[in-house]
Amino acid sequence: MTATTLFEKLWQSHCVEADRDGLPAVIYIDLHLVHEVTSPQAFSLLRERGLRMRQPKRTLATLDHSTPTTPPRADGGRDYADAATEAQVEALVGNCAEFGVTLHGYDSPERGIVHVMAPELGATQPGMTIVCGDSHTSTHGAFGALAFGIGSTEVGHVLATQCLLQHKPKTMAVNVRGRLAHGVSAKDLALHVAGQVGVAGGTGHVIEFRGDAIRALTMEERMTLCNMSIEMGARAGLIAPDATTVEWLRGRARVPSGAAFEASAQRWLGLRSDDAARFDREVEIDAGSVRPTVTWGTDPGKVVAIDARLPAATAANARAFEYMRLRPEAPIAGERVDVVFVGSCTNSRINDLRDAADLLRGRRIATHVRMLVVPGSERIKREAEAEGLDGVFRAAGAEWREPGCSMCLGMNGDIARPGELVVSTSNRNFEGRQGPGVRTLLASPATAAASAVAGVVADPRVLAAEVAA
Amino acid sequence: MSGIARIESRSVALPVANIDTDQIIPARFLTTTTRAGLGRHAFQDWRWLADGSPNPGFVLNRAEHQGAEVLIAGDNFGCGSSREHAPWALLDAGIRAVISTGIADIFRNNALKNGLLAIVVTPAEHASLLAGAGEPIAIDLRTQRIERAGTAPIAFSVDAFARQCLLDGVDQLGYLLARADAITRFEEARA
Repeated sequence: MTATTLFEKLWQSHCVEADRDGLPAVIYIDLHLVHEVTSPQAFSLLRERGLRMRQPKRTLATLDHSTPTTPPRADGGRDYADAATEAQVEALVGNCAEFGVTLHGYDSPERGIVHVMAPELGATQPGMTIVCGDSHTSTHGAFGALAFGIGSTEVGHVLATQCLLQHKPKTMAVNVRGRLAHGVSAKDLALHVAGQVGVAGGTGHVIEFRGDAIRALTMEERMTLCNMSIEMGARAGLIAPDATTVEWLRGRARVPSGAAFEASAQRWLGLRSDDAARFDREVEIDAGSVRPTVTWGTDPGKVVAIDARLPAATAANARAFEYMRLRPEAPIAGERVDVVFVGSCTNSRINDLRDAADLLRGRRIATHVRMLVVPGSERIKREAEAEGLDGVFRAAGAEWREPGCSMCLGMNGDIARPGELVVSTSNRNFEGRQGPGVRTLLASPATAAASAVAGVVADPRVLAAEVAA
Repeated sequence: MSGIARIESRSVALPVANIDTDQIIPARFLTTTTRAGLGRHAFQDWRWLADGSPNPGFVLNRAEHQGAEVLIAGDNFGCGSSREHAPWALLDAGIRAVISTGIADIFRNNALKNGLLAIVVTPAEHASLLAGAGEPIAIDLRTQRIERAGTAPIAFSVDAFARQCLLDGVDQLGYLLARADAITRFEEARA
């Protein structure tokens, strides 16, 4: 029998019809995640065509992108950025009621960023195909699921047929050997890999992250890494399930219990690339060489280690330097920071909040810095508050907000002012991503917290050493 | 959707690398529940100044490029978000084809489903197209060739299924809906 990759196994097991004679494959979708921004046009398509949903139970909806992160008013109302964002939320509530879709809305204790709340519920499981009208659906690949973002037309296809027409992507192995050094996080690794692969390096490929450094990551860290696969241009990112995956899922609401769970676990643990499987491309990463890393440019591939100097000027990077108002060959540490954002589907989980709080405990953020901490879900918010993390953030001078996508893309009005520099734990540093003219530096939660305290871009290892002393 | 066989227009060059979907349409304009009227926000932050007036330095605002339907963009066009608002905005702004050395996967999928041609050419062909930007150009989807006066045509390839749908003016949902029996068999076999 031919040795196959994990991707190949996932693909084959979901082929309703294989691709043939130039026709795309028909791929069955196990789980469809829906939010308010990219779904209204898809539900409209169903209505226009007189179609019903094929499998409403395979769709799960939540509210995250357009929702305010300020608490509800005393009268229960919410302070939306504008009437249009509120109308989007209303549209999803109406569509879910009309078509029979489970919605984790404001009344649900499980509401959250779609890529945070679905794994928490155990809706995300190894071996599944998962799609969502959101490019960071790659996050769910951390569980050994084939998960990728789609457009609104394809959202409509899945609503109507539970299937997608797909051409088979190529495969890329990113082999991460060794161990991450103390004080270096999964976000640093993700940014480092993005720098190595480049923002278009993964185009047309599904990445499988492999190696002992990957096996050593927690599920939260694996989600952070797979989340950023799309920033390498990849269709999806994958990590083979192991004991870490199984234990993380045990007891969650949507996974089976008892003997049925053990049977599922056995099946999940068999989902891995065969030893002799060949990838179309392989990239080697030495985990031990990764340092705390940030972006300096206007795409996630333009990265620099926190203690290194920026690259020399070239024709290709001139535009990024100009927009970011940074000088070639200057150190990145020490750049003045205006805003710090801890949140997003990349870094809003409990470990991320703990990483930031550990450096802020008993300290104040610089007086000129505004800091927002936005938990990824209601569940994380409760957990953080039970641990007293909200108090740590507030005492440090940061704002503790309601769950949502918030300043990652600023749809809900959480944005910075033109020219401001934001150290952000999110995933995209594109021009204007966090508001017109806003300059974004992507970083880990620890780097974000250290920079908030220093008021300038700062190496978290320095502050961590003070904390330990 | 009416069929697309051939686009004849002048081209316009926007040779910036990695033009992401936030440049094509910023997130703050995704608050709509329809797909209409997004054209005025295409390339919003490059096209309009803070006071709402047109940025005279932006190429698409120049008088000689009004009506150009073919955009020759820098490497890796359309990276980033899955927002289908990006091709909706470009089409509404009058762009019917984008040519680059590389086009991000989700953007290309979204574009072809909406009748926006997303065409990948080699770096040498790209350089030649950029050198001739502003001149008349024809993109023939039947022959899969880019034609210009005085130079050899450039062959390109669009996914065969998407191409046939575009030529026939049908969307892809009909094909999927017609697979209902196969989908049912698949579901029953797994149950």
